[in-house]
Amino acid sequence: MQTVFFSHAPRIAAGASCAGPKECAGIVGNYVDKALSDDLFGESTYEKAERKMLSFAIGQAIRNAGYTEEEIDVLIAGDLLNQIISASFAARELPMPFLGVYGACSTMAESLALGACLIDGGYVRRAVAATGSHFSSAERQYRYPLELGTTRPPQSQWTVTGAGATVLERASGSSSPLAITSATFGRVVDFGISDVNNMGAAMSPACCDTVLAHFRDTGRDASAYDLIVTGDLGALGSRILKDLCWEKGVDLQPNHVDCGEIVYQVVEDEFQGGSGAGCSAVVFNSYLLDKLRRGACRRMLFVATGALLSTVSSGQGESIPCIAHAVSIEYREE
Amino acid sequence: MTEQSHYNRNYVEYVNRFAPPSKHFRTCGHAFLVGGGICCLGQFFRFMLSFAGLSGDVLAGTVSVLLIFLGTFLTGLGVYDRIGRVAGAGSIVPITGFANSVASPAIEFKTEGFVYGMAAKMFLVAGPILVFGVTAGTAVGVLYRLLSYL
Repeated sequence: MQTVFFSHAPRIAAGASCAGPKECAGIVGNYVDKALSDDLFGESTYEKAERKMLSFAIGQAIRNAGYTEEEIDVLIAGDLLNQIISASFAARELPMPFLGVYGACSTMAESLALGACLIDGGYVRRAVAATGSHFSSAERQYRYPLELGTTRPPQSQWTVTGAGATVLERASGSSSPLAITSATFGRVVDFGISDVNNMGAAMSPACCDTVLAHFRDTGRDASAYDLIVTGDLGALGSRILKDLCWEKGVDLQPNHVDCGEIVYQVVEDEFQGGSGAGCSAVVFNSYLLDKLRRGACRRMLFVATGALLSTVSSGQGESIPCIAHAVSIEYREE
Repeated sequence: MTEQSHYNRNYVEYVNRFAPPSKHFRTCGHAFLVGGGICCLGQFFRFMLSFAGLSGDVLAGTVSVLLIFLGTFLTGLGVYDRIGRVAGAGSIVPITGFANSVASPAIEFKTEGFVYGMAAKMFLVAGPILVFGVTAGTAVGVLYRLLSYL
């Protein structure tokens, strides 16, 4: 059993996000709390900019929920940089306890699920789940210097510059209709893909594994959800995911959408779409949360996927282990 | 790579079948045009400088220095990576590409200090080229010397 069922169904009080100029030209542009015109966000380095975006998203989410920072019992956050410095350094400025998590690009779903567990268990009243990424800081860490004149292979993806945060609270006394009813924690799956430019193909099996586990544990099928949202598989990865699920007798075709695939409007050299922890965080906390809040989507399975590699592991010729966590969100009117 | 327990051969083959191919014809065309353009520019410098009275090694050296300056300058302006994205090998292989590969990490790691950042990381990309270039050059030189005794 990989799925946790929440007997009191913690609520999503509010969310907030900010994103860079390239992202805001796309679908999330109208929904983000702050659209950056400068991807340095007025800072001197991209790492500081990433941290500032994350701080902003956390602060704004708390304000959107109508709380003060002191009223939040725990912050669960992570990011892509080594030793998750963005999350830790953002937490340095905040008064609440901090739990650093690392799930690569799956961090949004992981932190949401953990926050929901803590609230449902009665250990905390309110939690903030947050994550973010920055194209330029990720590029420096995982690939080449920004100004290096290299070409990108056609299966590559573009790391999203942005951050998102969600405030979770107890169901009792909450006015929010958005309930987290269950969460499925994923297993690490590795089918032997070692091409670091083909993250979508590497992550699809992990995503398929978690989605199938969720359906198995809950007894539901794909039609139980209005929308099955995956994190950052990209166009190629989404296609592979649908194929893999189809082989197992699950049809995701009618209601599947991938944050990475939809985040960029103009496919220029992003090729397969967006990636990075910020990808699912931004799309979820802007566009998708708006859909949920308006009741346009009443049951959503949010599955964020992460590739758990480092430059050391790929340098040593290891393949890419991947993970996916799923969170089921439902609209409840009571 | 050793066969790992989780390795799924069918899946890897399936993905390879799926992977979108590079558009070789188009990318080769771009590389030819840009690479050829850079070479023409070098030749243009050569003509102009020979009119100015330079010749031999001084002329060759000055042309290289001019191209290196141009590569570094365009890297600093943030233009070279845009050219490179389209041109590929066309802008990597000429000496301007080498200048770009030294200048770009220098810019990138400046934030970590001048000594341990910029200076230490400057040859991050170009390092292997230098190591193997010098090694290969030395080997060929020694071989040439030995052959000349025959």
